[in-house]
Amino acid sequence: MADRKEQEALLDFDYSKYGFKDEDAVYDFVSEPGLDEEKIKLISRLKGEPEWMTEIRLKAYRIFLEKPMPTWGVKLDDIDFDSIVYYARPTRKVADSWDEVPEYIRRTYERLGIPEAERKYLGGVEAQYDSEVVYSRMRKELEEKGILFMSMDEALKRYPELVRKYFGTVVPPSDNKFAALNTAVWSGGTFVYVPKGVKVDIPLQAYFRINLQNLGQFERTLIIAEEDSFVHYIEGCTAPIYDTHTLHAAVVEVIVKKGAHVRYTTIQNWSRNVLNLVTKRAVVEERGFMEWISGELGSGRNMKYPSSILRGRGARTDILSMSFANTGMHHDTGGKVIIMAPDCRATITSKSISKGGGISTYRGLVKVLPDAERARISVSCDALIMDEDSVSNTYPYIEIEADRVNIAHEAKVGKIGEDQVFYLMSRGLTEQEATTLIVMGFIEPLSKELPMEYAIELNRLIELEMEGSVG
Amino acid sequence: MKDTLVIRDLKAGIEGKEILRGINLTVRKGEIHAIMGPNGSGKSTLGLVIMGHPSYEVYGGEVIFNDRNLLDMEPHERAQAGLFLAFQHPLEIDGVRFSTFLWQAYSHRFGNGRKPDIIKFRKELRQWLKNLGLPENMTDRYLNVGFSGGEKKRAEIVQMAILKPEIAILDEIDSGLDIDAVRIVAENVKRIKQETGMGVILITHYQRILNYIVPDYVHVMVDGRIVEEGGPELAETLEKEGYARYGVAEEV
Ligand SMILES: Nc1ncnc2c1ncn2[C@@H]1O[C@H](COP(=O)(O)OP(=O)(O)OP(=O)(O)O)[C@@H](O)[C@H]1O
Ligand SMILES: [Mg+2]
Repeated sequence: MADRKEQEALLDFDYSKYGFKDEDAVYDFVSEPGLDEEKIKLISRLKGEPEWMTEIRLKAYRIFLEKPMPTWGVKLDDIDFDSIVYYARPTRKVADSWDEVPEYIRRTYERLGIPEAERKYLGGVEAQYDSEVVYSRMRKELEEKGILFMSMDEALKRYPELVRKYFGTVVPPSDNKFAALNTAVWSGGTFVYVPKGVKVDIPLQAYFRINLQNLGQFERTLIIAEEDSFVHYIEGCTAPIYDTHTLHAAVVEVIVKKGAHVRYTTIQNWSRNVLNLVTKRAVVEERGFMEWISGELGSGRNMKYPSSILRGRGARTDILSMSFANTGMHHDTGGKVIIMAPDCRATITSKSISKGGGISTYRGLVKVLPDAERARISVSCDALIMDEDSVSNTYPYIEIEADRVNIAHEAKVGKIGEDQVFYLMSRGLTEQEATTLIVMGFIEPLSKELPMEYAIELNRLIELEMEGSVG
Repeated sequence: MKDTLVIRDLKAGIEGKEILRGINLTVRKGEIHAIMGPNGSGKSTLGLVIMGHPSYEVYGGEVIFNDRNLLDMEPHERAQAGLFLAFQHPLEIDGVRFSTFLWQAYSHRFGNGRKPDIIKFRKELRQWLKNLGLPENMTDRYLNVGFSGGEKKRAEIVQMAILKPEIAILDEIDSGLDIDAVRIVAENVKRIKQETGMGVILITHYQRILNYIVPDYVHVMVDGRIVEEGGPELAETLEKEGYARYGVAEEV
């Protein structure tokens, strides 16, 4: 009887302190705020990149300048691109032992419980601190299977041909303004390569931390799963609380080959001053399966729509997302599925919670192209509104150009039932506990998909968000 | 008075509409009180008001338990003080596992600020599910979601067994149960009563359950008042004659 809540009772983590900052941080290099071609060349030079990458960056920068700001989603017009620090390198070295990581950074990750998690249940860990990956290590037995797991920068040095072959093929810089910006100034992020037929049975985790005020974090992740392989990649994100905006604009590209299966899990707990504008996309070949699972708890303004392009016959995708918009927060999230081949299946499940005036918007697109006959799609959006001040919106776009497509769509908006709260209270739970339990039940479809430790963490985070929610 | 629930001249209702019109009832630990009465007479309302449902308003009277004024207490405080209500219509709570929820309730009742013994809890839970004829995997199912009507009622009794109240209000615990299930539920209620010495307020429409759980007192509630009180024989009379003698029209 593996009961999470009971397990939780036996564990004793303190997740209440994500918001701290490292006062004694020292940096090897911090670029001046603002961006121009010279700065981009400098970043590329500091990293010792091949010329073709410098060219990609410069081209993307021009696209960034030309592209208009999105006029939908969250408020973006107050982003001051001139005040952002685009590159901050804490150290030059990617350590493969925590002892070699600078003391103040190690302390941070220890507070966040990362080294312990690595010892207990992860196959590999990568830790990015501001612009650079400072720690990266994978278990030996995984290395021996030919799996590659390292920072994108290192991959560019060690496997330039592989990077060149796939970089920007799933998310081209022309996709949107922030994808262009990321391509111009990207730094850090993860590179994962799983050879044909190899199944990675324990998750690989990347941990992203922003420490410097006004830093923009632009990590770039590329996952390549060869035929019939499997990998579960998890990312976690935190940052200190500042009173100015911090921009996080990542790009994630996933390539799922024939019969491969990639599960991509995100636990996003940025502080509220972080603007999270992320482009995540996968292309899925024949019989491949792409799963996007995300719990979005932090970030004052959040736009993300993990996407799957089902390109091969019988490809599948599940997009499961939970977002919690508390006071002052605006989450505009959802998922996109583009189906290009016959016999594909897709499900999008969105669970949103709005509380204390928070705004949650589901925005989704399902597009079925003429060749994609017999596609089966199910979209369900469930919104929970905790009080009168909070808002929930739903924008489900569906375009079907193929025949014999089966699509189910369901949207529900609800409040917490007074009778349910009373029922739980009649057994001795406080009003806050009762409400929290109901909220956790609401997001159970997500948490049951997470490894137990993450489900526990998610529940802890929900508990924190629910604190002080009843008078 | 210790170990006693005292209800004095309780008047309560909803949105200004009076449903309970002056209820007097004293229940000591160890006693069994049956409350019978026609549909809509206010029996469930009484249970919900004793437990503190926020939709109901109290217009007068008092409810005292172990010398504490219950009406000043939140529902969870009443539960923690040893009161239990088995609902006529137990609520379904999606995504919340039966055992998760019950462990939290158990921790409140027996934790004294610390976590109680989880092994002991699991053992008890497994035993009581068995006693009530419920499958062991019930613990992993979501609270009351997809439970059949009878399973919901049995699960209420499992909750009661685990939480060991001092006074339990069982609101139509026998409705919707098949003949064997009535016996199983009744036997387990008796067993819990023996083990804990709890007092029971048993709301029912049927004589059948009273054959197993013989009440010390039977109260007849009509239109928000207790109109007659007696021993077990009163229930038998009602079974034969119905409520016509209280001026209540027979149901069609
Ligand atoms: N939430 C409510 N809103 C309006 N009226 C209510 C509400 N709850 C109860 N009532 C009314 O109060 C009266 C008493 O209801 P109650 O449920 O207490 O009856 P009961 O004796 O338990 O009946 P039954 O035997 O059918 O269970 C009924 O007329 C009912 O319609
Ligand atoms: Mg009733």
